[in-house]
Amino acid sequence: MTILADSKTRVIVQGMTGRAGTFYSDAAIRYGSKYVAGVRPGKGGRHHLGLPMFNSVSEAAEAANADASLVVVPAYQAASAIIESIEAEIGLIVCITERVPIHDMVRVKHVLDGSRSELVGPNSQGVLVPGQCKIGVVPTSAAQPGKVGIISRSASLTSEIVAQTSMAGLGQSAIVGIGGDPIHGIGFRRCLELFREDPDTEGVILIGEIGGLEEEEAAEYIADGQFGKPVAALIVGRHAPDERRMGHAGTLSVLEGGSARAKCEILEDAGALVARHADDVVPRLRGALGA
Amino acid sequence: MYLLEHQAKELIAERGVSVPGGRLADTPGKAEDIAKSLSSEKFVIKSQIAAGGRGLAGGVKFASTPREARNLAAEMLGSRLVTSQTGPEGELVDQVFVEPALLAERELYIAVVVDQRSARPTLLAARSGGNQFEKSARENPDMVKTLTLDSDGGASASEIERFLSQFGIGGEACEDAARQARICIGAFRDYEALLIEINPLIITPDQRAVAVDAKIIIDANAVPRNPLLDRLDLVDSMKPEERLARDNDVNFLMLDGNIGVVVNGAGLGLATHDMIIDHGGKPANFMDIRTTTGSFQIAKVVQMLIERRNIDVLLVNIHGGGMTVCDTVAEALNFAYSRSSRKLPIIYRAAGQNASWARSIMKDRALPFEEFDSMLAAVARAVEVARGGIGK
Repeated sequence: MTILADSKTRVIVQGMTGRAGTFYSDAAIRYGSKYVAGVRPGKGGRHHLGLPMFNSVSEAAEAANADASLVVVPAYQAASAIIESIEAEIGLIVCITERVPIHDMVRVKHVLDGSRSELVGPNSQGVLVPGQCKIGVVPTSAAQPGKVGIISRSASLTSEIVAQTSMAGLGQSAIVGIGGDPIHGIGFRRCLELFREDPDTEGVILIGEIGGLEEEEAAEYIADGQFGKPVAALIVGRHAPDERRMGHAGTLSVLEGGSARAKCEILEDAGALVARHADDVVPRLRGALGA
Repeated sequence: MYLLEHQAKELIAERGVSVPGGRLADTPGKAEDIAKSLSSEKFVIKSQIAAGGRGLAGGVKFASTPREARNLAAEMLGSRLVTSQTGPEGELVDQVFVEPALLAERELYIAVVVDQRSARPTLLAARSGGNQFEKSARENPDMVKTLTLDSDGGASASEIERFLSQFGIGGEACEDAARQARICIGAFRDYEALLIEINPLIITPDQRAVAVDAKIIIDANAVPRNPLLDRLDLVDSMKPEERLARDNDVNFLMLDGNIGVVVNGAGLGLATHDMIIDHGGKPANFMDIRTTTGSFQIAKVVQMLIERRNIDVLLVNIHGGGMTVCDTVAEALNFAYSRSSRKLPIIYRAAGQNASWARSIMKDRALPFEEFDSMLAAVARAVEVARGGIGK
């Protein structure tokens, strides 16, 4: 078992014919994932990367029996693309587009509420189930099937931790990038709920950062004792200058979420193993797993 | 994108929010003239910079006479104001806003944001505002109350009035405050703002609500389609180095240390930053090379870094991923070093996609680099070199 996707997941791509769409679809197909169709208004009836193209998600979903959609479209089109997939009742929508306006995401979340879809992103690296399915941009070269679930708000640091878990012989059950934007789909807490039900996942690494409420919500969930698997957490941005933004949307003011230190404390109190730095998180989890 | 106070006030005033009614001055003489023309016994002189924290940093001062307004303006104009939000170099004050100082019976804090938990526009309010607000809100988060709005920002006037009545205001004053809060909510949606903040919204002795300060931050991701773009001269508060980086698809912040940092990704950037400081070093910058950035773009930013005299060592920490592969960064280092006479030592650590190809480029181009396998070892060495340690 895994979470969110597996070797049978049938993936369509919204925006497959663009530069990034072509690059990432091609990489995912070569990795062995089951990509079944592409969507691009006006390109219906053609083929791209050997797959049939459709004008709309609903046509593609019906013809190709799709379970998941990868959204790789320009920022101003991302909200409509996601909403189109929600309305077509696609089970898993992964949006890797960066710089989606926040008011567009308010609209997306409104439609997402109570729908049948799970949204990952935007500004996410997506989902990788090593050896089975890649939906997004998570690099595959250092990944290997294994027992650690990885959830993260940032991409490059995740690649680093993925490589470290492989090197430590632990491997990964699934890697989920929830994205770096303040308003996004799936969060740490929901990922933990999914990992809890996954017998192949023995422990989880959570990679968080300043701002937002994701780490606090994860801590609440871990603290109530239901999770039952070790969680090692790495929270970056402890020394970030107080009120300036670094890369990600980060924190705007005190009203929008905690400092990295506060997040470390709250996770520690909840029973997570909080790493001192990026080279400390894998040894921490390894110790807890007795591996 | 942060609007200046006078721009923010203009935008909400034209929709019906009451403001004290000041004017802009770029010379001390003009400040004096404006004060003379205002029928007020007291004036406030406010530095117009695109950052908050002005009050606590001495960027807002009161004058009792037009002459004093002139003197205060003379002190502020041309100075660099350093606040908790500007970074160490501060921002140049080239305009001041001169307003009548109003008597307040009460002060409220109100703001409109998108709440992250509900993903809905939300009205925030607190019983007292002012320049100590952030501090007191941090110490006592319960003082800030929230009213969750519909996804399209809709809320009825009576609902807002009921919400605001819990802050010790009533009658006409509460009605007026609610009317103005509702206008801010509309502006928040129409201008795709991340934040509209009125701090403070005062209640005058004659029971009117007046926005004494206003802050608007526009979502930078929405700026190209923003209706304000044609009318407002949107100020760009970025430092030249940060602008150069942005134009080359690199997220970048100038800091005040001596370790130049080249990193891809915000998370890895923050992790590297934390590690340097934990080791007692000082980063000269924060860098996050975006996934689609090419080597020529990265080279421009690296060249700008190595030519800064206060930087003693370059720490390169790359994890090659889907699109930013290690050799892209190695090529960038090569371009930058071949264009500059300054051969700063490079402490180098690259892993992931194309790491070995990148290493051959570094060796082949004879760059002055010392290589490490782990982040920790590389950071420790960079801090040592920056301190004037062995090998410098």
